[in-house]
Amino acid sequence: MTDIAGTDGPAFRLDMTSDAAKRRIRKRYAAEARFKAYGLAALAVTTLFVAALVFDIIRNGIPAFTQHSLMMDVAVPADFVPADKRSNPVAIRSADYFPVTRDALKAAIPGIQSRQGERTLVRLLSSGAADELRDRLVADPGLIGKTVRVPLLLSDDADLYFKGSGTPIIKRNGVGTATPSGTTGEITILTSSNDFAAEVVAIKQAAKAKADTLAIEAARLATFGGQSLAPRIAEINAEIAELRARVDSPKVEEVLDGKLPSKLVEINGGLVKLTRLTDISVAGEVLLPLTSAAEAKPGNWRVVTYATPESNRKVSDLEIGYLERLREKGFVENRFNTRFFTAGDSREPELAGIRGALIGSLLTLAVTLVLCVPIGVLAAVYLEEFAAKNRLTDIIEVNINNLAAVPSIVFGLLGLAVFLNFFNFPRSAPLVGGLVLALLVLPTIIIAARAALKAVPPSIKEAALGVGASHQQAVFHHVLPLAMPGIMTGTIIGMAHALGETAPLLMIGMVAFIVDVPGALTDAATVLPVQIYLWSDLPEQAFKLKTAGAIMVLLGFLFLMNGAAIYLRKKFERRW
Amino acid sequence: MDMSQQTMTAARPATGPASVTAKVVARDVNVHYGEKHALKDVNIDIPDKGVTAFIGPSGCGKSTFLRCINRMNDTIPVCRVTGKITIDNQDIYDPALDVVQLRARVGMVFQKPNPFPKSIYENVAYGPRLHGIARSKADLDQIVEMSLKRASIWDEVKNRLQESGTALSGGQQQRLCIARAIAVSPDVILMDEPCSALDPIATAKIEELIDELAKNFCIIIVTHSMQQAARVSQRTAFFHLGLLLEEGETNQMFTNPKHEKTQAYITGRFG
Repeated sequence: MTDIAGTDGPAFRLDMTSDAAKRRIRKRYAAEARFKAYGLAALAVTTLFVAALVFDIIRNGIPAFTQHSLMMDVAVPADFVPADKRSNPVAIRSADYFPVTRDALKAAIPGIQSRQGERTLVRLLSSGAADELRDRLVADPGLIGKTVRVPLLLSDDADLYFKGSGTPIIKRNGVGTATPSGTTGEITILTSSNDFAAEVVAIKQAAKAKADTLAIEAARLATFGGQSLAPRIAEINAEIAELRARVDSPKVEEVLDGKLPSKLVEINGGLVKLTRLTDISVAGEVLLPLTSAAEAKPGNWRVVTYATPESNRKVSDLEIGYLERLREKGFVENRFNTRFFTAGDSREPELAGIRGALIGSLLTLAVTLVLCVPIGVLAAVYLEEFAAKNRLTDIIEVNINNLAAVPSIVFGLLGLAVFLNFFNFPRSAPLVGGLVLALLVLPTIIIAARAALKAVPPSIKEAALGVGASHQQAVFHHVLPLAMPGIMTGTIIGMAHALGETAPLLMIGMVAFIVDVPGALTDAATVLPVQIYLWSDLPEQAFKLKTAGAIMVLLGFLFLMNGAAIYLRKKFERRW
Repeated sequence: MDMSQQTMTAARPATGPASVTAKVVARDVNVHYGEKHALKDVNIDIPDKGVTAFIGPSGCGKSTFLRCINRMNDTIPVCRVTGKITIDNQDIYDPALDVVQLRARVGMVFQKPNPFPKSIYENVAYGPRLHGIARSKADLDQIVEMSLKRASIWDEVKNRLQESGTALSGGQQQRLCIARAIAVSPDVILMDEPCSALDPIATAKIEELIDELAKNFCIIIVTHSMQQAARVSQRTAFFHLGLLLEEGETNQMFTNPKHEKTQAYITGRFG
């Protein structure tokens, strides 16, 4: 018998009380606490990023799902479509709807005489404003000759204005009694009090600030010396002198330009945009005609400020005047944007929808699925259960794993070279997109399916062999059905990957601007992520919202697919 | 030798002389796993109707030899078997023989209960259906009932045949596996440590069942438990380091072993 802590050797005893031992324990605790902190920090950072991303997308995307339109009574004249052609939908469709909607709009804001004013008013409507009216008339030709209450779609800029991208509007009541000189055109308004002193001061301060900036610029140029700059310095100095003179003389009339907040006066039911002003008198242009030139008592007229300078916004003062008037009269309605889901792409943001991209994605994924599942699963079954384990299968296995890591654009180039150039398949078609994505997803599915097959306990196969099933029977009766949930999970995740893929599809031309919703595998189409990419590139502000909205739809589908994968995994999870 | 006294009294008498009705005959069987020589020159005659136990320390080759009898080793790529094994005078390594039919004739029960994750009924019905034993649904029902009865599990499961086989307890699962094995009416049943994953009560039930089945089947059982070998078997074979050291009637083997290694093993001095 031997004893580790024998009498002759040194005593190897468990030491739990000495200082060294306590230090060791403290060190271990510290290390564990540190590791926990690192983990938590990593988790917190991830959560933060994801939350910020989701929040930003939702904040931008939600407005894309609603759209403003004008709910108006549109009088359709009896001779709009001749009586004998009313049974023909084509005739109703091809009628000219522009005058009808224009007249409805003009009736809503009466008294506009200038051509420019009229044009601006009409441009508030989308080019597809009459679509709903047309559909109504086609569905029920009996409405021709009657007054129809329909929503008229607003243009993207007007829509964005109502979604809050316009300008803060500040109103204050007039103090004195105001007297306008006319009801339309250029008028002046006199007030009995110094109502516009604050505005004049603000303009003078802006002028002073500009003079100060110019002075700094002049001083900077002067330090360079040299003759070439002298004329420029003189020019600046002259400008400074002029500005300072304006600031110092209180009675000079000031001019409002587009770089300053717009000032307007609401008086006698009209709206006047101010251009020149002193403390007690202003001159301006009538945007909305006044009902009379009578004097307005204090409190019956208002000074209105559009805080964002006109040059910094998409909508002009005139447009804001019209839009605010339409809103006051209760014409503006914010409705769910069904067009976003029912229309194809368009150059007009308010008319553009994701239907084409959605159907394109579905067709493409259908091709991918039909190709990938049988090929991938059979390849996995063969490699895992039947193939001899030798160099060749090793090489195949390594290459499948490598393929899963190949950049997706390479698959796009392959698709371009093989499917388009060699086989002459149609460009931009979901068929080719599906083929390319199938190549992309195949390795993922094979790997997932092999892992699922490997996870089936060998005892199940042995049991089947034990009762006299052949190898193939054992695999197809027992192993494959048991691996199916895992294979399905892998397939769904692969499909989600394919749904979100953009790069390879760019190469095969699915990036084209396509208005029609595809109806067949060989029609030109685009897919959701490519649509997002296309929209994100467009200059119109409204497409930014559309982009976020489309991202939300795409993410929704991805969540749905991943949710299905998790559900399948949980539901068919087996305990052996 | 207290233990051998005990085991001797527990052992049952053999049903008949081995040499007369040898069911399974092995001659010069060698098994290689790649470089490893796992089984060396095994010669043995195993009688029909009765229980033969293979005992020996871990890694001695007893399971390997068992798996040679239904050619389960074929599924291991590096495994190579030489020599001759016959069942009813038919060479089972004959290239013309269909290994799948062989496995239908030689049933197997594994160490860990491995019912299919299907219903109890399906577990038993799978084999007969595969081999076309039942001609009708009624036949199949009858085979399932008979097999479950012979595996003495019928009373416990008759009201829940459609429930999953994996929902049963470990002992019940193992009896279900035995029912599954006998449903195709094999000639030989191989059992690879069938009780090692079970508690003593479940073990006792399985042993009772083996006793019962021995009246109709040739049963070969690998076990690590000396008491079990003594209790259930009529003949015992002792393997050591790939060699079949000793083989004979269980009574004689436990009371008067010829080989000193056997003596040492069954008295618990090594292994």
